[in-house]
Amino acid sequence: MTVTAIHAPTPAAAPVPAAPIVEVRNISKIYPGGVEALNNISLSFPEGELTSLLGPSGCGKTTLLKIIAGLLQPTAGEVLVRGRRVTAPGPERSFVFQDFALMPWATVIRNAAFGLELRGVARSEREAVAEKYIASVGLKGFERKYPHELSGGMRQRVGLARALAVNADIVMMDEPFSAVDEQTRRQFQEDLLRLVATERKTFLFVTHSIEEAVYVSNRIVLLSRRPSRVSEIIDVDLPRESDPEQIRRHPTYLDAVEGIWQTLKHYLD
Amino acid sequence: MALIAEGVRPAAARPAGPGSGRSLRDGLQHPLTLRFLSFAIALAAWEYAGRLPISPSFPAFSETFAALVGMILDGSLLAAFAVTLTPLAIGITLSALIGVGLGVLMGLSEKAEWFGVPVFIVMQAAPLAALVPLLVLAYGIGNLTKVFVVCIMAMPVIVLNSFKAVRHTPSSLVEMSTSFGATSAQRIGKIILPSATPVIFAGLRLGTAAGFVGAVLAELLVTPTGIGDIITYNQSTADYPKMYAAIAAVIVVSVLFIEFLGWVEQRFLRPEKRASK
Amino acid sequence: MEFKGYRIPAMASLVIWAVLWEIVGRLGLTILIPPLSTTLEKLAEIAANESFWDAMAITMRTFLWGSAIAIVVGVPLGILMGRSVILDRMLLPWVNTFISAPLSAIVPVIMAVFGFGETTIILTVVLFAIWIIILDARAGAHAISPSLVEMARVYGASPRQAFAKIYVWSALPEILTGIRLGLLRAVKGVIIGQLLVSVVGFGRLFEIYSSNFLMEHMWALLIVLFALAFLIDLAFGAIERRVDHFASSRS
Repeated sequence: MTVTAIHAPTPAAAPVPAAPIVEVRNISKIYPGGVEALNNISLSFPEGELTSLLGPSGCGKTTLLKIIAGLLQPTAGEVLVRGRRVTAPGPERSFVFQDFALMPWATVIRNAAFGLELRGVARSEREAVAEKYIASVGLKGFERKYPHELSGGMRQRVGLARALAVNADIVMMDEPFSAVDEQTRRQFQEDLLRLVATERKTFLFVTHSIEEAVYVSNRIVLLSRRPSRVSEIIDVDLPRESDPEQIRRHPTYLDAVEGIWQTLKHYLD
Repeated sequence: MALIAEGVRPAAARPAGPGSGRSLRDGLQHPLTLRFLSFAIALAAWEYAGRLPISPSFPAFSETFAALVGMILDGSLLAAFAVTLTPLAIGITLSALIGVGLGVLMGLSEKAEWFGVPVFIVMQAAPLAALVPLLVLAYGIGNLTKVFVVCIMAMPVIVLNSFKAVRHTPSSLVEMSTSFGATSAQRIGKIILPSATPVIFAGLRLGTAAGFVGAVLAELLVTPTGIGDIITYNQSTADYPKMYAAIAAVIVVSVLFIEFLGWVEQRFLRPEKRASK
Repeated sequence: MEFKGYRIPAMASLVIWAVLWEIVGRLGLTILIPPLSTTLEKLAEIAANESFWDAMAITMRTFLWGSAIAIVVGVPLGILMGRSVILDRMLLPWVNTFISAPLSAIVPVIMAVFGFGETTIILTVVLFAIWIIILDARAGAHAISPSLVEMARVYGASPRQAFAKIYVWSALPEILTGIRLGLLRAVKGVIIGQLLVSVVGFGRLFEIYSSNFLMEHMWALLIVLFALAFLIDLAFGAIERRVDHFASSRS
């Protein structure tokens, strides 16, 4: 069990355990008005792992994630998914939104099945799929409820079920737990680990919480302050099969949190 | 120019305070009790003021109510409403169809917004009632003029509310639909329009209210027909109870009609509202 | 709106509409719309006329009196409704009724009781303006942060002090929105009142013009009235934005 820190900008040299499914090449993003969010970022994301983008608030992590999702266009650079350049959203990627983005006029099941509805999947079929994922995120019995009848944490579970229901290979999550309370958040993190283990998908995860990043990720990409560059890439090797309390007290966990804190501290002043 | 969508106000419901042994007070403070009480006080004040009388042309509530019952029984009120409501219904329907269409179009297209919205902002702010004499000059005193009056009164708020509703679709919902590969038609039909429904309907209710103002104004100014005829005729013969009864009737009808629109919206277009009850 | 990289001001399309107006007027498509240019000439002609300024004075006087009454009565009433459940439950149904009722039907009542003079017009203005002012002041009072109210109590503010020093200021953004919307309705009220009374002010002028089929004269008056309403809206919108930060203390 080691914490390896490899300094960018040579991420290709990192000993990644699997082939990259997503590659980001020389991405820069300048917003209209001149705000430079990202500066020449190159990264690769290995298949089947959970990679976190972590950095000070306002550093452009969400911008990078949305560029990969195809929701934003980069000013320069390109995004490759399985070696093919992408510029728009596609069926192989799905997204979990920070503010949930649930349709208030639709039931839980319609929200969860919405991705399939847009693809023209027949109603009975898509609802069967959605039901399965609603159950797997722990919302069985809430299918006919409306979002305003659910708590914040439950709403985000619907967002997660929706992202899983389209069976995309890559699930992107934009600070998914930032709008829920601390207890729910921990419960969520544990559920997420279980999902990573069972779903065999690639997860891209944006967070501003060091603890959260270390707890859930196989790999953490540290971004610097705006204009963001890749500051460091950290592989986290934790015994995830052991119980949550032990993980949170594990020396590797504590060292990683402390190490990242030392790095991020420089960006605070 | 402040672009606050009109008529979308959160219905502030205050939870009743907890308390034990205050059942009498709670009963007195119950919304229905208080509403009934306030209604009774208003009618009693009306009756009292009428009996004083504060003015020879201010009949008591009982006289007015008797006149109302009389007009309902002899059918004259119903006949008058049929005359008044025809141009009103045509005008409101036209304004709703054209207004929502234009508003949505301007919400979706920046070019249409640039071209159209300023005109409706001016119309919204302007005292359009002043156009009534012109319309009479141009189109005479028939139903065409009345429909026109209803339309120009009702249209601006319907257009602007529809426009704002579409323009203010939560961006995260639009992004969400994009990330799941929605086509433009899907984005408009499944995200933008459903999310705009509440504000569009608020516009329709406000437009209907303005349409009623226009319809009554047209009848008072243009040709004494329908309810306007009952009001002006009885004013000229000093039969004030009948005049007041007609006015009260038209107010009640307009309020009921606007409530009905709200019910239609909740019943057919807002499933999430139904569920919470 | 941008065109070939240049920003076009938001209201610039009104110029295009003015040109369209002129074209439609020149083509003589409908007698409803005379050319804009001749209308503006008539406006200059009318503006030299004393009866125009008389009408203007009556309009401004009744408008200002009516608006002042609506504000002075409406704002405190709205705040009281926002702070008192009992008052709220008793009055809100009436406010909600009158805010969307066809108020033009009530004007004959005012005329019957108060005659065909300026009082009637002033009361019409109040009738049109007051409901939205009450409702927005009430919304403002609801939006006051509870911790500000508690702060006033902790430091021993009397009800009167709390009202004058906390509630009014904290609810100011909504109150001003209500006043702006109320003033726009007041403009409508002052016109509808004059049209129905029809023996004073612009109502009398409209009566004279329409009985003589003077379409250009009518449009000239309309332009004045529209411009007036528009200026009030702009001016108040500007004031509103200046006090928007009063609401920032809210959670």
